[in-house]
Order: sequence, then structure tokens, then C-alpha cells
Amino acid sequence: MRTPLEWPVLRQVRGRDRLGRGAAAQSAHTRALTPRTETADRVVDSVCPFCAVGCGQKVYVEDGRVTQIEGDPASPVSRGRLCPKGSASTQLVTSDRRVTTVRYRRPHGTEWEDLDLDTAMDMIADRVVATRRRHWEWEDDQGRRTRRTLGIASLGGATLDNEENYLMKKLYTAMGAIQIENQARI
Amino acid sequence: MAECHPVGFQWVMEAKRKGATVIHVDPRFTRTSAVADLHVPLRAGTDIAFLGGLVHYVLDNDLDFREYVVHYTNAAAIVGEEFADTEDLDGLFSGYDEESAQYDPTSWQYENAPQAPAAGMRDPRQPAGPEASEEPAEHEAARSEETGSGGPAVHAKPERDETLQHPRCVFQILKRHFARYTPRLVAEVCGVPEEDFLRVARALTENSGRERTSAFCYAVGWTHHSTGVQTIRTASILQTLLGNMGRPGGGILALRGHASIQGSTDIPTLFNILPGYIPMPHAAQHENLAQFVAEDAGSTGFWGNMDAYTVSLLKAWWGSAATPENDFCFDYLPRLTGHHGTYDTVVNQIEGRSPGYFVIGENPAVGSANGKMQRLGLASLEWLVVRDLTMVETASFWKDGPEIESGELVTEEIGTEVFFLPAASHVEKKGSFTNTQRMLQWRHQAVEPPGDARSDLQFYYELGQRIRERLAGSTDPMDAPLLDLTWDYPTEGPLAEPDADAVLREINGQDASGEPLSSYTQLAADGSSSCGCWIYCGVYADGVNQAARRRPHWEQSLVAPEWGWAWPANRRILYNRASADPDGRPWSERKKYVWWDAEQGRWTGEDVPDFVVDRPPDHVPDEGATGPDALGGRDPFIMQTDGKAWLYVPTGLADGPLPAFYEPVESPVGNAVHGVQRNPALEDVAEPDNPLNPAGSRVFPYVFTSYRLTEHHTAGGMSRTLPYLSELQPEMFCEVSPRLAQEGGLEHGGWATIVTARSAIEARVLVTARMRSLRLGDQWVEQVGLPYHWGANGLVTGDSANDLVGLALDPNVHIQDKVGTCDIRPGRRPRGPALVAFVDDYRRRSGAHPAPEETS
Amino acid sequence: MSHSLFGPLEDVAGDAGHEAHPPRMGFFTDTSVCIGCKACEVACKEWNLVPEDGLSLTGMSYDNTGALGASTWRHVAFVEQPAGRASRTDLGMPGMGPPEPAPAPDGPGQESESGEGGVRWLMSSDVCKHCTHAACLDVCPTGSLFRTEFGTVVVQSDICNGCGYCVPACPYGVIDIRPGDGRAFKCTLCYDRIGEGLTPACAKACPTESIQYGELDELRERAGRRLGQLEEQGVDGARLYGADPEDGVGGDGAFFLLLDEPEVYGLPPDPVVTTRDLASMWRHVGAAALGLVGVGVASFLGGRR
Repeated sequence: MRTPLEWPVLRQVRGRDRLGRGAAAQSAHTRALTPRTETADRVVDSVCPFCAVGCGQKVYVEDGRVTQIEGDPASPVSRGRLCPKGSASTQLVTSDRRVTTVRYRRPHGTEWEDLDLDTAMDMIADRVVATRRRHWEWEDDQGRRTRRTLGIASLGGATLDNEENYLMKKLYTAMGAIQIENQARI
Repeated sequence: MAECHPVGFQWVMEAKRKGATVIHVDPRFTRTSAVADLHVPLRAGTDIAFLGGLVHYVLDNDLDFREYVVHYTNAAAIVGEEFADTEDLDGLFSGYDEESAQYDPTSWQYENAPQAPAAGMRDPRQPAGPEASEEPAEHEAARSEETGSGGPAVHAKPERDETLQHPRCVFQILKRHFARYTPRLVAEVCGVPEEDFLRVARALTENSGRERTSAFCYAVGWTHHSTGVQTIRTASILQTLLGNMGRPGGGILALRGHASIQGSTDIPTLFNILPGYIPMPHAAQHENLAQFVAEDAGSTGFWGNMDAYTVSLLKAWWGSAATPENDFCFDYLPRLTGHHGTYDTVVNQIEGRSPGYFVIGENPAVGSANGKMQRLGLASLEWLVVRDLTMVETASFWKDGPEIESGELVTEEIGTEVFFLPAASHVEKKGSFTNTQRMLQWRHQAVEPPGDARSDLQFYYELGQRIRERLAGSTDPMDAPLLDLTWDYPTEGPLAEPDADAVLREINGQDASGEPLSSYTQLAADGSSSCGCWIYCGVYADGVNQAARRRPHWEQSLVAPEWGWAWPANRRILYNRASADPDGRPWSERKKYVWWDAEQGRWTGEDVPDFVVDRPPDHVPDEGATGPDALGGRDPFIMQTDGKAWLYVPTGLADGPLPAFYEPVESPVGNAVHGVQRNPALEDVAEPDNPLNPAGSRVFPYVFTSYRLTEHHTAGGMSRTLPYLSELQPEMFCEVSPRLAQEGGLEHGGWATIVTARSAIEARVLVTARMRSLRLGDQWVEQVGLPYHWGANGLVTGDSANDLVGLALDPNVHIQDKVGTCDIRPGRRPRGPALVAFVDDYRRRSGAHPAPEETS
Repeated sequence: MSHSLFGPLEDVAGDAGHEAHPPRMGFFTDTSVCIGCKACEVACKEWNLVPEDGLSLTGMSYDNTGALGASTWRHVAFVEQPAGRASRTDLGMPGMGPPEPAPAPDGPGQESESGEGGVRWLMSSDVCKHCTHAACLDVCPTGSLFRTEFGTVVVQSDICNGCGYCVPACPYGVIDIRPGDGRAFKCTLCYDRIGEGLTPACAKACPTESIQYGELDELRERAGRRLGQLEEQGVDGARLYGADPEDGVGGDGAFFLLLDEPEVYGLPPDPVVTTRDLASMWRHVGAAALGLVGVGVASFLGGRR
């Protein structure tokens, strides 16, 4: 609450800051400033998602939202530092340019359409099963056993987690898909 | 490094403060050059000549670390009489077959080595001639990379002459081979003045040896070439001769560009390998498990246990269905019949053989070479699934791709069904990344993903479940691998995400009683252990997620072993046995790292010793020992079958046992080193939309090379969408020297059109003295620098440099050459169909093959 | 006069009425180790929620930020110059325009074309100087700009009324009015963070310790040692900028180690607090006013005559 004694001009006269350039000029808002890293509900250990240096990150969360991401000083890799990309991590994860709903383009379509996630998953599973069956190959043209499909290919993995790559390779291999590639060859 | 890995570069700056000399060899003057002691600009794609010059300097002046070289390398090995060098054959090695443009490596073997089967050749050469398969992928196998991280097996230890005097010992062959890589030749090929070259040579050799070590850091400037593998080989030869491997402050360090690109190679989303660099089986030789492991079963070194690694993987995937009786489901693995790399896939897509495509956190429409072929491939699909954070060009190619603008594609005629699924960001899921130092670091989940966004873990788990539901009850043997798959992970949280911890436990492996394993040495070939990736075994030792360890660096040694977990065995420097001398003593007090403690009878030191921990330095293995038992006490390179670093590669490489300099496929000059212009074994992609500029073309007189900027990330999906990064580099530009600007009439800040036989793009012009005109003898060579981050979507847009890049691939790893030739002229590029006509005119005038008439 | 407006000032925070206050804090930006990554620019914006500031290519080397302003509180300048050109004073603005004229095709040989004699690329992260005598604060009529207990100068957006007096007052051209908002903004030296003992966002992110945060006295000592080290190594043209309490602003709270003349980086060579003469101006004004009163009185008296 502001009382008349808090008025800058009175503080100026009462205190040492006669010109009103320092303590006397400080607003209540300014005095109440608290860094949002201090008010976060929790701080989560993470790793920068850009290049492969692997800089440590601290993710500050308040009310279920990421409010700040900065370097983790304890990391022997990065010692708390981040490059411009790593420093833009908060913007990356909170960006309003992120697409957060499924987008669907039907064959020959000219615009995106909405699609329910569950329906999309079913449609993708249907297509995998059908394409795999249609392009299944027990043998190559020299009669050598191949047990595979060339109908389905995949690109990506270098930006993903090890666990994700593992499930990808495991599922694709079981599917018989061999054209599995990622940025390491690009 | 300062440009693309700024935070990693802090250590270089710290070393510099302590007196280290920093040398930057790069066609481009970057932020690294700005703070280096010396920047050496060279012609893009001539690294083998430059490094070869350094090898020559070392050998010519007897500056090699002789004790290291004699004991720890194959310098003393005797090569067979049949071998002929590029010195003898004017640029070719023995065994070259003109018709197939491939080498038969038989003549490269050590003397008295077993001749058949060709060691390491997991894919025997297909019969040449008309009866050979028509399918291009059949023509040649992926070879070297199929041999896993240890290189190919060599079954017998070679005969050695430790005086290094035998004329056919590797050391003498090396001397002859590199004899012509003189400072003068380096100047002529690379455009580096002799004096600059000698400054580098002196600095490097004076800082290598017993008391000092030097390190090389590289990125795709070395690998994105039709001779990329041999460039790394040249650096390996150099660093091994200087004794800079396996020692602190030494090494050849790949600076990788994506958060877990190392992890996605270890646990590969790659066609040619299974987790832990186990090769994918090949249709020709691997009908069963016994055949598959036979190659390595008898060999020495740690690859000798490949049967245990493979069986444990099969157990992890097919669980109780995998039994000794059914070969542990080995037959469930699909087989290769050649190389099936990403560019082969694109050809298959264009030709209608591969109608379904998943693109996960990648943007090939911008980030892959020959962007037009990428997009034509996408337009030929039946269905495409793209998962990403933002709307990347790969998902929207049908709407706003360059071919829509040029009229080469029409939206309504594109039949591709596209699913864009939003992905969870790195803070919205838990999991591990493996960084460029092979270190796994665990991320905890901070928040739930928004809307329909899900982790890729959830997507694949869910997809697998739905596929299995659809196949339930099927008795078709093609479905058995999916139905028998161990695919049951605990889920958690409001979105029922699979527990990544559980997946990491499976990767780590367990014993018969379900207890987590702590080391890959515990793996068995009898089916009693399971392990999803043998080199990651130990990441969950003692049931603890070791990758999640975060003991602050100030509470640890400089090696910081309790932060994260590095494969293998939490080892931070590979082959660190080499940091001690043959008798197990540190080479010097200054460079002390791992050594033999005779009292304890163990190897010890700052790091986890990369050796059989209780094997004394004087150990001599029994005759006929196999696997790790065959390693002697002085064999530090334990993944190699002979325990030695290979200066000469008797088998396993597609383009020669030694590096030789060849010009990039598109080059403005002739090869000054010898009579063969380009890599004779390189892999052509003979497709209508992949015409290549003829070497020496006057129509395409300039060199171009592409690169990254600090402010952006790869194809831009994670940076062009962010205001704070976009404002820092808002437009596509090209960098040219003042001389080229004058010659081409280019205006600083104006527009330029850069054209190759593939396409033409436009960019704003930065005229800068940082781009150096190079003089090769009487000829000036100009290089155009092109960042490749832009595309049609995002806050800032622009043409993509990758549309200019042609496909001519390294034959070992099937990667493209990012260096090519081009023309550059002032002004913006033509729009619409005029663009096609403009490029066609260049194709015709240059005689690029195939000409437009042959393709349309 | 007890409140000095010019010259050395031992205790800036005390002078501004902060009785028990922490030591004066500041930045030392060592441009000799700057790699121009711009992490400082982004980290600053992320922390302080500063809006994007334009998406245009400037052509000034890799600098597309241009200058400090209301929405740019850290700015990395990129200067391309022929090597060995240090200590010349005839250079223009940072990295402006095309570089040197092209050598003729048959011009200099490759020895001078390649190698070390080529090009030098200077980078420097600029920021508000947090002057000892801050004219922006002295002219602020609302008390929006104030001197903190750390001796830094902060604008309080809840008070600022956008009058803009501070803008021309700054001898470095730092503070500015944000279009569309109307208020003045500039670097706060992360006043909220340092109050909790945290490092300002830019200094924390800086990969190479080019931006160092700490007690000003200690930073000045450190900078002196670094300068000595560079001189010992024969680095030509190294100098401190803004470190001298005797300079025109009484020394900066954020000072620099530069490798060339300040103008090369777009910094004023000899900045002077624009309110330096305020006291004497007021004295003149007072005398004039007294004189006027005298004239008035005289005329009044005269009128009664």
C-alpha cells in the first residue's frame, strides 16, 4: 500500500537522495521485482536441443508453463553457458508458431484440413499395413531371401532421443523396412 | 567451431589463454578464424592434399613419434607383393575395374593373409555383366560401414618388420605414397602459400610427441565430399604418426551438428547397421546366425564377441520367441542387397518403388542435397507423415515448393496424402541425448506437450500397437516379427506416454534373472542375456540411470566421470591405453592419463582404462587365441583385429587402402597430383534431375560451398521460426571476394543469382575480404560461400542453397559432395517457367550430362 | 555542491541516497575474446522479454542488429578491416559497405592474398554504459530513471511517461523510445537478477567470458591485467574504453577492452555527460535571474521616481 510517506518527493526530502535520482526515485514496482527463476514452481534438468555439444540447461516452470531456460553452471560441458540458439530455447518451446494440432492434406488437395489425432493414427497404421503387404519382398530377383519391404522409408532421428531412435529401429526392422536413415548421412 | 559450436569453443579459448596455438584451415573466414592465431584459407574440397602434405612433412623430416608408431600402429606390417600404389598406376590403386568403376581389394592384403573370403567384405561383389541385376541398388554394396566400428576383420596378424625398413612394410609404402605431396604441390592444389603451409606443419609437429599433443576438430567440411572418408583417413594417419591418438589433448574430434546425431548413429536410424554398429545382414551371405557371426567369430579384439552382442539384441527384440532352436529369430531381420541410403530412397520414391515415407524432425526439402529431387520424391509418394514442431517445407512442398512456383509441379496433380503431426519439444518429454563426445545425458520432463503434440516415443509405441492390433491372429510368416516383438512398455502421465526409463533399461540389457547388466563383457551368446545396444550396456548399471548423473564439475576431476555416462563403459577418451608407453608408463608426466600399476596389477588413471584391466604390458597372447584374449599387452587399439592403429587399410574401404587426392566431381581445375581427375570409385546418381557440371567448365567457372551460421540451425525449422534468431540473420546471402564482385559486377547489398545444372537460386550479396581469391599457379579460383538455412516457410524466407548441390557420393558412406561449381551473376533469378528455361540454357551450354533434352 | 555531476565519484550509490549498499557492479566486455555469437543479444531478450527489432539485412558484415535501442539492449558490432590496420583513426562506421577495392587480377601475389596478412574481423558486444554521471537520469523529469544500490542506471517502465528527454541526453545513443509503446527502454544490467545474486543474462550466456560481470573495482583491475597481457603478447591497438573515472562521464559501469579506436566499433571517442555544465548553467541562470530581478526592481523603483 502506498502511504503519503512513500511519495517520492517526501522520500527525497527525508532521505539523503536530495536530487531524487536514486533511492527516493525507486517505485514500489521496482522494489518488488523478483526474478522469475526465483518464483518458479520447479526447476528441471535438461540438455540443449540444438547442436551436439550437449550444453546443460535448467528449465524453470511456473503454473505448468516454461518461463525460462538457461545454462546449467554445474555442467562440465558448458559451465552454464549457451549460444544464441540455446539461449532462444524458451522461445523455441513456447513459440506461437508451433503447430499443435494435426494437419491433413488429402491427395490432390489444395489446403490443409483438420484431423483428429486418433483418426490420424488409425489412418497411418492402415497405410503402413497395406503398403507393407503390397510391397513385401521375400526374395530378390536372384532368389536370395530378403524378407523386407522397400515400400516404406523413414528419415530422421538425429534430433530425437536415444530411446526414440531405439523404438523406431526396432519397429521398422520388425516391419521389414530397411530404408531407415537420418541426418548422419546428409 | 566458434561458428557452429560456440559453447564447445570456450575450451579452445581457454586453451589459447594457456598458450595453445589455434590454427583454422577453412575456405571461409569464420568467427573461428577471427580469434585463431592463424587462418589458412584453402580451396574447398582439397583437404586430402593439405593433410597429405602434412603427412609428407612428418615422414620427410623424420618427425613421427617412432616408438608409438612402431608399437601401436601397423607401420611394420608387410603388404603383399600384388599391391600397386597410385604412384605406380598414376592415380589408381591395384584392383580397379574400369567397367564397374569399383575396386577389388584382394591385392591390398597383408602378405600371406587369407585370400578368401575377402576379409571385411560382407557384401561380395555382384557379378558384372548383362546378367547382373538391373536394379541400381544391387550394383554395389555398402561396404566399409557394414563392418561396424572396429573395421573389418583381419584374421591373421601380419608379418612385421619393426625396423620399418622392409620395402613393402606399411611405413615405406606410406613414404612413397605421400612423397609427391610437397609444400609446392599443396600450394598448387589448395592455393595455400608454401610459407603458410610450413607454419602449420611446424606448429603441429613441434606440438606433438612425448610431452605435447595436438588435436584436430572437424565437421562436415571434411566429410561432405566424394572423398570424405579418405579425408578422415588422412587425418588419422597424421595423428597416429604423431602419436596424438588415445592421449589427452589429442585426437580427431568430430563436431556433430544435432543434439543426438551421435546417438542416432549408435542406436541407428540408419539402413546399414543395427544398434552398436552391428551390421545389417546381407542377403548374399547371411542366411543364418552362424554365417552372420562367422566373419568375426574367429577374429581377435572385442569384435570377436559379436555373436554375444547380436544374440543379446535379438533377445531384447523378440524375447521369449527368440530361442537357440530358431536361431534367436535371426531370420526375422530383413536383409540388404546393396546400399539403401537416403539418396537411393529418393530415387526409389521418384520411380514409384517406395510410396510411404516418415520424416521425423528433419526437413529434406531444404536440408538435403539436390532439393528438387527431394521434392520430386515427396510428390511421388502415396502417403507422407511429417512430425515436427513447426510447419516445415517438407510437409508443405505441395503448396509452396519451388516447383509449384516454376510450374514443374501442380498442386492438384500431386497425389501425396500428407499427415502433419505435431511433436513434443525437448522439455516436454524425458529421454537421453548422446552428445558429440559419446556422452549420454538424460533430460527430465518439465511440462506436458501442448494440444496434439506427442513425443516420438509415444508415436512409435502407439503406431506399433495399432499395427499389431491389425495383424493380430495373422499366421502369415511375414507378420511374425511384428507379432512376436517385445512391445509392452509401461506408460505414465496424462497422455499415457511410454516410460523412456524402461526403454533405456532395455537398451542397457539384463541377465537371465532380469537384473540390469553393468558391462558388455557380461553379454552371452547363449540367449541368457538381452541387450538393446551392447555399447550402451552399463548405462543402467546397478539399476541406476547413469546418464542422469549430474555431479557438478567443481566437485570432480577435469575428466568429470560422474556427469552423464559415455559409451563404452563410461570411458571418456577411447584407446587410452595408448597414453602410456609400451611398458605401461605414462609417456610423460605432463601427459599422464592411464597407466599400468604393477603393484596392483591393474591399469589405472584418470579415466576408465580402455583395455583388459588386468592384462600386463608384457602379455603375449597364446597362439590361436581369439576375441579379447588375443590382444597383447601392447595392443591399445582393442577394436581392431590386430590391436593396432591402421595407417594402411588392407581391407574395408571402397576407394583405396590409402588416401589419394582427387578433385571434386565438379571442379574448375585439373588434378595436379596425378592422372585421375575424380575419385575413380565414387558413386554416381545417374538420374535425369541430377545433371553434373563438367569438370573445367567455363560456363560454371566458380566454386561454391555451403555452410551454417551461428544464428541458425540446419534447415531452419528450429530457428527461422523464432524472432530472436531470425532477426539476427534475416536473409539468405552469398559471400564473395572483392575480386569476384568486380569480375561479376556484383554489388554489395544487391542481389545475385547463383546457378548450377540443377537449379538457380537468388541471394543478397556480401562482398567481403573474408572470402579470399586463391591463386593456383597462373589461375585464380573464386569461391562463393552459401549458408543453407532458408526455405519458403518461417519468419524469414529465402532460396535454399541445397537446391544447387548435385549428388555424387562417397562410395564408402554414400554421402554427397557439398562442393561444386557454379556461375554467379547480378540480379534476381527468373520466376516461374522462365527459371526452368534459364537453367536449361546453362545445362545446354555447359554440356552437363544429362542434357535437358535427354530428360524431359 | 554535494551531488557531483562531473568528474570522479567514489560512491555513486551513496551519492544517490543508498545508505548501506552493495559494491558498485558492472560489466567488463573483453572484445579480444568475443566470437560474435550474439548469445548475449538473445539471452538478454529472452530474460527481459524484449521484442524482436526488425528483420532486415543491413549488409554490415554479420551485424543485422545495427545499434542499441529500445528493443536492443546488447548489440554485437562486426568490423571487417585489412589486417595490420589497427590504431588508424580514419575508419568509418562498423563494417559498413563493401570492403577494400578489389585487387587487380594480376595484382598482389598470393603471399599477400592468403595467409595472415589478410583480414581482421573484430567483434564487440555493446551495452548501456551505466555511466557514473548518467545524463539520462539527470534529465529525467519523472524519476523513472534512477540509480540503483548497485550503482547501475535503470528505467522504471511503470513511471516513464515517454517524454523522451533522456534520448538526446545519452552521449552514447543508448536509450530510446520504443515505437508503438512510447516509453523509453534500455539495459537494466538485469536489476532483478543481480538483486538476487544472479549474473545478468548476457554475461551468464557468454561462451567465451567476453562479457564479465562483477564488482567494478575488481573488473577494472582484471581489465588492467588483461591489457598488460595483450601488450606483452604484442597485440597492437589494445586499449580500455570507459574504464577511466577521469573521463567525460566519470567512468562507465560497463566498460570495454577494444582492439582498435572506439570509432571503429561505432563508439564515441570522448563521450561527455551532456549535463556536465548543468551546475554552472544553473549558476548562470541564477545570476541572470537575479539580474532580471534587479532590472525589474530597478525599473519598478525607477517607475516610482
